[in-house]
Amino acid sequence: MQQHKPRHNHNRVIEAKRNTKQTSRVGGDFSDKLRAYRDLHAHALFSSLGRLVAARVNAVLTIIVLSISISLACGFYLLVENAEQLTTDLETSNQISLFLRDDVSLASATRLANGIQLDPSVQAVKVITKEEALKEFEDFSGFGEAIKALEKNPLPIVLQVIPKNSLEDGQNIETLVENFKQAGEVDFAQLDLQWVKRLQLMIEVARVSVTLLGVLLGLAVLFITGNTIRLELHNRQDEIVIAKLVGATNNFVQRPFLYSGFWIGFFSGISAWFIVTLMMLVIKQPIEKLSMLYNSSFHLVFMGFFETVALILISAGLGVAGSWLVVHLQVRKIS
Amino acid sequence: MLKFDNVSMRYPEVGDVLRNVSFHLEKGEIAFLTGHSGAGKSTLFKLITMMERTQRGKITFNNKDLIRLRSSKVPWVRREMGLIFQDYKLLNDRTVFDNVALPLVVMGYSYGEIARRVRAALDKVGLLGKERKYPLTLSGGEQQRVGIARAVVNKPLMILADEPTGNLDPELSAEIMYLFEQFQQIGTTVLIASHDISLISKLNHRVLKLDHGQLVSGE
Repeated sequence: MQQHKPRHNHNRVIEAKRNTKQTSRVGGDFSDKLRAYRDLHAHALFSSLGRLVAARVNAVLTIIVLSISISLACGFYLLVENAEQLTTDLETSNQISLFLRDDVSLASATRLANGIQLDPSVQAVKVITKEEALKEFEDFSGFGEAIKALEKNPLPIVLQVIPKNSLEDGQNIETLVENFKQAGEVDFAQLDLQWVKRLQLMIEVARVSVTLLGVLLGLAVLFITGNTIRLELHNRQDEIVIAKLVGATNNFVQRPFLYSGFWIGFFSGISAWFIVTLMMLVIKQPIEKLSMLYNSSFHLVFMGFFETVALILISAGLGVAGSWLVVHLQVRKIS
Repeated sequence: MLKFDNVSMRYPEVGDVLRNVSFHLEKGEIAFLTGHSGAGKSTLFKLITMMERTQRGKITFNNKDLIRLRSSKVPWVRREMGLIFQDYKLLNDRTVFDNVALPLVVMGYSYGEIARRVRAALDKVGLLGKERKYPLTLSGGEQQRVGIARAVVNKPLMILADEPTGNLDPELSAEIMYLFEQFQQIGTTVLIASHDISLISKLNHRVLKLDHGQLVSGE
């Protein structure tokens, strides 16, 4: 019964794999089998890559479709990331701007400011004169030349009121704004925080939408990979039957297909990265020109290192999962 | 080694294809399984290889109850059988070497061990030197010998051959039979399904005859 030995050893390895605590008992023999097991995986990894290369056209078409889906998701993600950048500078500003009526003099504006300063819920008041406002507008709006063409400075005196921090979220700040509106000199009162909040909420809506879109596109990747693998499975049905007849386990038969899914996802992730980066490079210049006109310090955010790694890992993971969905069921059916 | 006890098999569409089949093959025994087409030879083979399962009767192979064997254990039992088919069932896009190596690859042998054993098996069937060829470039007899090398490469306890000479001329058939006898002599149990009466009658081995799903001789 000489021929029995390797078989029993093999079974032992399988057991040992399930329960690593047994490793020490199996001893040196185990490391041999572990090496064989590693070889088996390496073989599946590279043979699946080889088959992908052999079925170039199919593989490339699938990868193109997948990378477009993935780059769509990534592109929208970056869009939101970049838009969010716009609000970060504004986050701390919860100031109230009081635009005074045109006929209010600087002296009475200062008097009003001093009065407001006495309010216990106010931290600071700053008077921005018509000239200062004009200067600021010229510097930051990009419409300086147009303003200069006007005979008369159209800008009003503005009082910038910074409420005490304790007021930040409550109803109080609204009450304060209402009070300021009562003053005769005030033409229009604006709570800056409200605009920031609206912008932030809009971005939040965009973020949720992009997440949902990402989930949908992820599902597309999952099922497209699954379908590609299903075709491959169908083409190799004879091979599977033969492998099973000579004693291949379902796991053995499944493995190369899972690796195929891995490679498809992996390459799709990489090519999606290239697509997104290329698109960003294309829009970088116009965006920077635009940003310069607004004198903004806006920098276009690209895919970072960790985002890139995550992108490739998620793509590869979706590839494996999509493959598993199909293979897990189909391989068991073939006998 | 292989024992059938009152095994029956019924396909819902066809009815009974095997009825109360009982026989016992000892270790190292060689036997033919014969009968007209549709007598149940293929079904019997499928039950042994667990391509089909039945609930009626008892099949024991190497002290394992094949009828109650869990599906997850099937691959391990198949590794103790060497299967040979009428249509060879070779992978035509793989070399002879890769075809013969398949059972060993499946079992997780290291490459060095695989190469050694594949060459030994090819030597036994007289195909050493054809490792790099593709099956379709070989003659029918050679292809069947590749199939035999694959069946014996992992030193199975039993060889099951389903019409192994069905596509071969008498001379090649005799050669193949001679190979089987050699494996029997080293202690392997051999069961050959065949309806080649002239071949069977020339060789003086046990014959199990199936007729309409019942074993009529050789019990």
